[in-house]
Amino acid sequence: MKNDWLFAPGHGLCAGCAIPIIVKHILAISGENTIVVNATGCLEVATTEYPRTAWRVPWVHVAFENAAAVASGIEAAMKKKGEKANIICFGGDGGTADIGIQALSGMVERGHNVLYVMYDNEAYMNTGIQRSGATPYGAWTTTSEVGKANPIGNARPKKPVAEIMVAHRASYVATVNVAFIRDFKKKVEKALKTEGPRFIHAISTCPTGWRSDPSKSIEIIKLATETGLFPLWESENGEEIKITYKPKFLPVEEYLKAQGRFRHLLKNPEYIEKIKEDIKQWWRRHGVEI
Amino acid sequence: MKTMLRGNESVAYAFKLARIDVFPMFPITPSTLVPEMISKFVANGELDAEFIPLDSEHSAISAAIGASLKGARVGTATASQGLALMHEILFIASGMRLPIVMGIGNRALSAPINIWCDHQDTIAQRDTGWLQFYAESNQEGLDLILMAFKISEDKRVLLPSMVGLDAFVLTHTMEPVDIPEQSKVDEFLGEFKPNYRILDTKNPATFGAFGSPRHYMEFKYAQHLAMQAASHVIDEVFEEFERKFGRKYSKITEEFTEDADIVFITMGSCTGTAREFIKMKRKEGKKIGLIKLTVFRPFPKDELRKALKGKKVVAVVDRNFSPGFGGAVYGEVLATMYGRDEPKIIDFIVGLGGRDITFDTFEKILEITEKGLEGSVEEINWIEVDKEAVEKEEMI
Repeated sequence: MKNDWLFAPGHGLCAGCAIPIIVKHILAISGENTIVVNATGCLEVATTEYPRTAWRVPWVHVAFENAAAVASGIEAAMKKKGEKANIICFGGDGGTADIGIQALSGMVERGHNVLYVMYDNEAYMNTGIQRSGATPYGAWTTTSEVGKANPIGNARPKKPVAEIMVAHRASYVATVNVAFIRDFKKKVEKALKTEGPRFIHAISTCPTGWRSDPSKSIEIIKLATETGLFPLWESENGEEIKITYKPKFLPVEEYLKAQGRFRHLLKNPEYIEKIKEDIKQWWRRHGVEI
Repeated sequence: MKTMLRGNESVAYAFKLARIDVFPMFPITPSTLVPEMISKFVANGELDAEFIPLDSEHSAISAAIGASLKGARVGTATASQGLALMHEILFIASGMRLPIVMGIGNRALSAPINIWCDHQDTIAQRDTGWLQFYAESNQEGLDLILMAFKISEDKRVLLPSMVGLDAFVLTHTMEPVDIPEQSKVDEFLGEFKPNYRILDTKNPATFGAFGSPRHYMEFKYAQHLAMQAASHVIDEVFEEFERKFGRKYSKITEEFTEDADIVFITMGSCTGTAREFIKMKRKEGKKIGLIKLTVFRPFPKDELRKALKGKKVVAVVDRNFSPGFGGAVYGEVLATMYGRDEPKIIDFIVGLGGRDITFDTFEKILEITEKGLEGSVEEINWIEVDKEAVEKEEMI
């Protein structure tokens, strides 16, 4: 793979974490002429312990909630100087869907020429598995504990950040899954060729927080898509989303039972029914009957 | 030639004269006119800069960091709640050693919400690692912004600066201001070429890395040294400015202090009122002197020790207060003079939330200070406060 050395090995991300796979593939496509802005999170902490760095492109981290604003400033300075490079933000689901959503919304609304990539492991994993706005319904986290009074865990549905970005009329929005690498690469290439604000939502495993087998990470996120729970789609300039992969619609239990964070649901079929119903509803809204 | 300018216009002209590359902003009273004017300068082609209207002050300072790291000269303006919202990122701007310059319309903080003048906003940012300058007039506001760029961008410093102008008293009040010629400012500041590492795809580097206990303290010590160096660089730049533009600046300005027993220490626009009050009182034979603090960070310890030597009583006029202690300037002066028997130092909390500081205010300060010459007085004195209303618990 050309440029696959831009994200160097030797970083401290966990075994089975999908983040380095996502990042490595994106940088391999964007190449050397890239500036990376990283929100605080697993990726930042585990790749830049001074004086070492895993980044062979210019990289900056400022804080948790402001990667999109920092990128806006970089882009403005480049415009003034007449320079061109890919500016790519990497933020986790917490840094993007929750604390960083204002800065992200502003960046997209103002039309900055930046690609923002959310790696979504569905909780605050860097601080130790606390729920975020992107935590799915029914997931256990350390702040959505499961017990007699709360048998569900996280009782709220996942915040649809990518759809929120479509509503902003971002020039390109896509959901990606490294388990579907051809779809992944095609979308990254398209995103990098598009001008204006772009957003990619990448599902990412976290064996530590998902309570899953690190050697099964790719199989597990593959199931997220094959069960219909994490659909792969794209949208340009706020247009209707286009499905890019038709899943097999495997039973969602396959996905749930591979992860300790959903273990409590298996005893409560009514909650699993609700998840199935939510999947059905989403696909129905997009013209597919399961 | 002098032009009538409001303080905010002074700040905007200074940014234009400094030929800033990027101006990230978010509007807030009383500093909004600064971004409005920059927007106009950019729109009509007078200033070749990128203007970014952000979604919050937090994002504005974040964008400033991004632009500065890409090698742009960056200015912005804010006040009060906006500055407080920036708080987290102010540490990062100084920790990353970026020479950003910010104009502040010094305004009170909520609650209760209040748009008028005091220094609480910048004082609350004292420990963020920014240089702090306070203007007495709109001319000083313009000049200090220009000098702040030169000081901040000096290789020995590389720290951001904030320049405070009192809300409304300066920001919205017209004063005659000499706008320097562009060619002279260009000569003074030089073409902006970042002398620090920037985000460069030809020479990749990692910025804002994770600093473990093994390395963190060295970064902070480097900042400490930079602040110490700033103290000398400020003197050099003030001198050069005087040679080029004929206006004299110093970290502290002493007036009538030579024979004075009593010295007032002031910061910001109330200095003018204090000066006229002292002139009047000196006609009555009262030996009062005045020290104006222009630089609050780095704190001018040596200069103050020299100036206060042999003085009997110092009245510190604080337009801020640190709850549970007293005025912040008082605290700094007290620490600076530690171990010396004289002078006696008394604190006066005045003019919070835009309450006018008048001759009457200084009359009351003088009365207590003169008592302090003879005997003991309260350490912290709140002047012109309706204590009765507070005692009746009307304010809780």
